[in-house]
Amino acid sequence: MSGSHDKDLQSASARLLKQSHSRWYEWLFWAVALSLFVIFGDFIPGVPTRLMLLTEIVTLALLALSIDLVLGFAGIVTLGQGAYFGLGAYVAALLAKGGAGTFPMSDPVIGLLIAGLVTGVFGFVTSFLVLRGSDLTRLMVTLGVALILSELANQMRWLTGGADGLNGVMPSAVLGIWEFDLWGRVAYLYSLAVLFICFWLSRRIVNSPFGLSLKAIKNNPLRARAIGVPVNARLVAIYTIAAALAGIAGALLAQTTQSASPDMIAFHRSADGLLILVFGGAGYLYGGLIGAAAFRVMQDVIGNITLQYWQFWLGAVLVALVIFVRNGIIGMMVAGWARLRKGDGQ
Amino acid sequence: MTFVLETRNLTKRFGGIIATDDVSFKLPAGARHALIGPNGAGKTTFVNQLTGVLNPTSGQILFEGQDITNWTVRRRATAGIARTFQINQLFAELTPLESVILAINERENAAHEWFSPLGSRETIVDEACALLDRLTIGDVRDARVGDLPYGKQRLLEIALALAAKPKLLLLDEPAAGVPESEREQILDVVARLPAHVALVLIEHDMHLVFRFAKTISVLVNGALFCEGTAEEIARDPRVRQVYLGEEEVQHG
Amino acid sequence: MLTILFDGVAYGMLLFVLGIGLCVTLGLMNFINLAHGAFAMAGGYLTIVLMNRYGISYYWGLPAAFVFSAALGAILERTLYVHLYNKSHLDQTLFSIGLVFMSMAIVDYFMGANQQTINLPPALDGRINVLGASVGIFRIFTIVICGLLTIALQFIIAKTRFGSRLRAAVDDGRVARGLGINVTTIFALTFAFGSGLAGLGGALSIGIISIDPTFPLKYMIYFLIVISVGGTTTITGPFYASLLLGVADVAGKYYVPEIGGFIIYTIMVAVLILRPQGLFTKGATR
Repeated sequence: MSGSHDKDLQSASARLLKQSHSRWYEWLFWAVALSLFVIFGDFIPGVPTRLMLLTEIVTLALLALSIDLVLGFAGIVTLGQGAYFGLGAYVAALLAKGGAGTFPMSDPVIGLLIAGLVTGVFGFVTSFLVLRGSDLTRLMVTLGVALILSELANQMRWLTGGADGLNGVMPSAVLGIWEFDLWGRVAYLYSLAVLFICFWLSRRIVNSPFGLSLKAIKNNPLRARAIGVPVNARLVAIYTIAAALAGIAGALLAQTTQSASPDMIAFHRSADGLLILVFGGAGYLYGGLIGAAAFRVMQDVIGNITLQYWQFWLGAVLVALVIFVRNGIIGMMVAGWARLRKGDGQ
Repeated sequence: MTFVLETRNLTKRFGGIIATDDVSFKLPAGARHALIGPNGAGKTTFVNQLTGVLNPTSGQILFEGQDITNWTVRRRATAGIARTFQINQLFAELTPLESVILAINERENAAHEWFSPLGSRETIVDEACALLDRLTIGDVRDARVGDLPYGKQRLLEIALALAAKPKLLLLDEPAAGVPESEREQILDVVARLPAHVALVLIEHDMHLVFRFAKTISVLVNGALFCEGTAEEIARDPRVRQVYLGEEEVQHG
Repeated sequence: MLTILFDGVAYGMLLFVLGIGLCVTLGLMNFINLAHGAFAMAGGYLTIVLMNRYGISYYWGLPAAFVFSAALGAILERTLYVHLYNKSHLDQTLFSIGLVFMSMAIVDYFMGANQQTINLPPALDGRINVLGASVGIFRIFTIVICGLLTIALQFIIAKTRFGSRLRAAVDDGRVARGLGINVTTIFALTFAFGSGLAGLGGALSIGIISIDPTFPLKYMIYFLIVISVGGTTTITGPFYASLLLGVADVAGKYYVPEIGGFIIYTIMVAVLILRPQGLFTKGATR
């Protein structure tokens, strides 16, 4: 064994590093996302403009990505991520509205950062509520926090506009250069860029030593403690980061739709985010992104027939997913690919 | 003489039951000690108090002369107390290499790094590989832990504990449930553990105990029944009666 | 004041009948069934259909709702739920939310999204004076029925053979299995019975809280509050929790309508934080 030792060691380090390298299909994914801009951006005559829908998908994807960090990697079950999404939306909307189109308050990037900061702080404070207890307790606590926040958004009429929400939110030009346009071109590219940056950061996180300790906590918190992992501190950290990301997602939606409404902080946001993630596959990072696209397109197609149909099929898909499929769309793809390769080998 | 570990009048009650009864116990550095006793004697409860999983009802625990009675599990772990578990407590979805790297990262205070990818610190990876090789499980370092055969999982249990470079290692029935064919491998590993590490073996298996332990404590009903060198204990008729006698009846 | 107390008690007892099935199944199998409200809705709508389309009396509608929801519960338990017992709480949550969505869509499709109304029997309509307070007769009817059900439940659990097996199974499923108690059968029966009670509660709800397709989602949170405050190991815990919640909700909506919901959610979170282990000893030790 010791003869091939040096070569072995090198390959061990290299193999670990390789896991964090990007693959060709990842580049393909982002290339497709960009090409959608050209296809649906009103450049080709006859093809309908769908950039608003695509932008919404991007914000949902970011919300689902944030849930993936806490659920898929750290194993915290949450039904309350919508609270941070909604909080971010309101913060960004209030800033843009308050600044009335002037720098720095109405600047979209600054707005995003502040929204992320505020939700991060709120996430940090509330993270201590989910440290203890079973899945069920966590589920109910996160749900409770989300409900409290949505109740507040509805009642603090003077600040949030109550049930009507905040309209006429006008952020200034992105980086002072690109004004938001009627077709939503700037909105889409801006959102996609933000998603890409957040995704890239998340990717670094899950492939780092910190990310490894999260996976260990998810697997076996008892043993993690026994080898010296500060379990609570790690969970607080990732929960805070995820809350900030969800806040940024909400802020994006508020800036690109130029409004904030109680709908953005309602219970169904949390549920949708969780569904999207599970639909796409938790624990892969890309699950939320693919899930968001599939979810929103399905909603558009089926929901156009009647709203009840959409709700029915959404429910049916969920039930089927839990009973028959493990790890959502990506899980199926991975399993299919493995079977294909096995077939090749034989 | 300083002791690695010392307990003073350690007592643990669960309601009306006394699980640990006024145990005062000293362990010198580099010891090869066995903690034995019949089923339900409170061995695991005792270990859980040493590692901080349970808080004692009264009494003190000292580690290298310092009172650690109120320390958290993590603080004791970083100070140099490591343990293996009677029933495997592993990270099923990680690989053995990742598991050991994780433990080394914690020891080296590198585990909070969130930006640099795993494997960028080559010294840590090298050390992890060397440790796995030493425990004869280097060949499966990239497999999924949950898929490993039971014997290799038991070895990984020990590897995870050793990765912390402990001063005190508590081995809770390291060979429990291991098939005969893989048993010798584990015994070898235990025999080759670093000499400066104080070792406490919690064991049922008398062959294992007499093979490795130089000193022995016998725990009965939560209390220290007697202590001595392996030879003394082996000859002690009272021990034969409460413990070995039971064994003989079982085997006979 | 007394009227509010009366309304609150009636509402609370209704919540208890609606939710007790969920508490017991959660305690028994550690199974979280967020779709419990769907069974209540099914009972409510059955009664509405029976009355409005077939002219059947409300008094017959109540037992019919019980039987219908119990049968529905039994069928779904055997066909779908049975696959979920070994899965994680997350899977169970998603699965039962899926069922909630489907039930809402189905009811919406066949019955419309509007609130449904029925003509209560004349004997139950109107108000009377009790201790100087004006109280709806239907509320008294509800209190009487729910009170009788509670006593009957308590009797079944405390005194019958089935009850003692159920208690053993809730206490420690593994030990109970070792003693030869068929936990699976007990669970199936309890699930059906709890669903039936929910259906009956749904039928009673028509007269107190309106019923529409969003019912399962709207009351899910109320059931969760009852569980978190009352625990799942007894039936007296959820009973008191339901009464408390009923009175608090009615009083809150009457006196401080702006922050009524806020108070209730805050209490739930506070209880969960301060006593999570005490309330969920089963879940926490798993």
